[in-house]
Amino acid sequence: METYSILREFADSWMMLGLFSFFIGVVFWVMRPGATRTYSDTANIPFRHEDAPIVDVQPEETR
Amino acid sequence: MWDYVKIAALAAITLLAAIAASYARDIAYQVHAVIVMLVAGGLFLWTVRRADEIPAPVTGEYMDDVIRYGVVATTFWGVVGFLAGTFIAFQLAFPVLNFEFLQGFGNFGRLRPLHTSAVIFAFGGNALIATSFYVLQRTTAARLWGGNLAWFVFWGYNLFIVLAATGYLLGATQSKEYAEPEWYVDIWLTIVWVAYLLVFMGTLMKRKEPHIYVANWFYLAFIVTVALLHIVNNLSLPVSLFGSKSVQLFSGVQDAMVQWWYGHNAVGFFLTAGFLGMMYYFVPKQAERPVYSYKLSIIHFWALIFLYIWAGPHHLHYTALPDWAGTLGMVMSIVLWMPSWGGMINGLMTLQGAWDKLRTDPILRMMVVSLAFYGMSTFEGPMMSIRAVNSLSHYTDWTIGHVHSGALGWNGMVTFGALYFLFPKLWNKAGIYSNKAINWHFWLATVGIVLYAASMWVTGIMEGLMWREVDANGFLVNTFADTVEAKFLMYVVRGLGGVMYLTGALIMAWNLWMTVAKGAPKEDATPAMAPAE
Repeated sequence: METYSILREFADSWMMLGLFSFFIGVVFWVMRPGATRTYSDTANIPFRHEDAPIVDVQPEETR
Repeated sequence: MWDYVKIAALAAITLLAAIAASYARDIAYQVHAVIVMLVAGGLFLWTVRRADEIPAPVTGEYMDDVIRYGVVATTFWGVVGFLAGTFIAFQLAFPVLNFEFLQGFGNFGRLRPLHTSAVIFAFGGNALIATSFYVLQRTTAARLWGGNLAWFVFWGYNLFIVLAATGYLLGATQSKEYAEPEWYVDIWLTIVWVAYLLVFMGTLMKRKEPHIYVANWFYLAFIVTVALLHIVNNLSLPVSLFGSKSVQLFSGVQDAMVQWWYGHNAVGFFLTAGFLGMMYYFVPKQAERPVYSYKLSIIHFWALIFLYIWAGPHHLHYTALPDWAGTLGMVMSIVLWMPSWGGMINGLMTLQGAWDKLRTDPILRMMVVSLAFYGMSTFEGPMMSIRAVNSLSHYTDWTIGHVHSGALGWNGMVTFGALYFLFPKLWNKAGIYSNKAINWHFWLATVGIVLYAASMWVTGIMEGLMWREVDANGFLVNTFADTVEAKFLMYVVRGLGGVMYLTGALIMAWNLWMTVAKGAPKEDATPAMAPAE
């Protein structure tokens, strides 16, 4: 078979299945137990380090 | 040591550019070679004067200088792009504005790509680079990686814009929508873009927050995908090393498909994914509450990424492109409606419990209107991608109306919101100089968009219907010139919408200037999260 046909067959079957499973996997992954707590912490990232970065030499939080 | 390498490289570039300018085969290439020569020569002198100076290493603060330059450039290019757009809108209504003495430089055909690139790449691109640097640092709690590389990204990108814009006026174009710049400008953008990716990835890698905030996912998708799109769509062979003309590697329908794969994903990843990154940071910040659903934001991200890349073929219905490809593009475009609205709902619902702020905060109002336009144009787009609808809408002004409700409404308004947010923060001011002026900007822009979109719907559907109208014997009823005549009034209304939008942007520029020059400084006691007024 020529390259186009091989790639086409692969894209229409295993590749599509792989991509689709990855996407469905992501949907289930965000629904995993305990995710809500993790994400409520993550969602608050924009409100933490407005003025200055965390610097390594000072172990404590900058603010 | 590094300084000497730089000095030698800049000297070589200056010399080569001078040689290229003298051997140039066309005027655009010659002008570009002179620009490159002047820039490299200037940088050479600047580097020589500062050689061996060792700057004090900066830690403990964010790299905000480059962002300050970025937001000023965004404002400047925005006004330039809107002005060009308004002018060419009136050129369409009143052809006499294609002045005889400007033929070949200032007529509609030369100014149109100048307008589209100025608003998308100059205004939008600078907004994306500046806000991504701001958001990235604040959400990773790390200073930008790579030292002066961020400056290279900013100046390099703006040099790209200058080369692109002058090239259009002088006739250097490869005739690809949103990818007009010729081969050497494309190569330059590739270099700048790789530097941008390095700064972004380097900062992400040294982040202090364990999680990567969702806005950064969108920004990263925008950077990576635009790199891929840009390289594939610009595969071409220059005719001469000393000329701007190049020949595309693909031909015929393959070239068309690659172009619209690029073209639609420029919309999907430049104007959508990148700006969604802005939305996921600035809307929560301005509303002072976290995003409505972080889970939804992750699903939104992956669904958008998986679907957008397929939507391109809907630009090529009823062409030589095989029907199955068109159907694939159409189906994926319609499915895309869902993640788009998921994102819109996520943004709007972030205001849950804070809707009262809309009454007093015109910046938040701008962001909400931008989300409303995002929702509207991501419904309109899938609808127009349906083959039957497309047979009416394609090649008409409806398409132009759709693009502008997305660009003026969604991209423009969310950028204005971000600029109003950033200027006081970056110059350490208590707030924007005049809230009243923001209100004026808000209403001028909103009414301007409504005039624009409504007139383009009317004229687009009208001309689509006029083109397909046949009499009892199957002959076309209208000539093309008939449709042009019938559209005149709508073209004037569209131009007026543009004037209002431009006026709003000028008021913003004045307001931002006054904020920096005369705004009250932020009091030290104020907590970092002070409301914006």
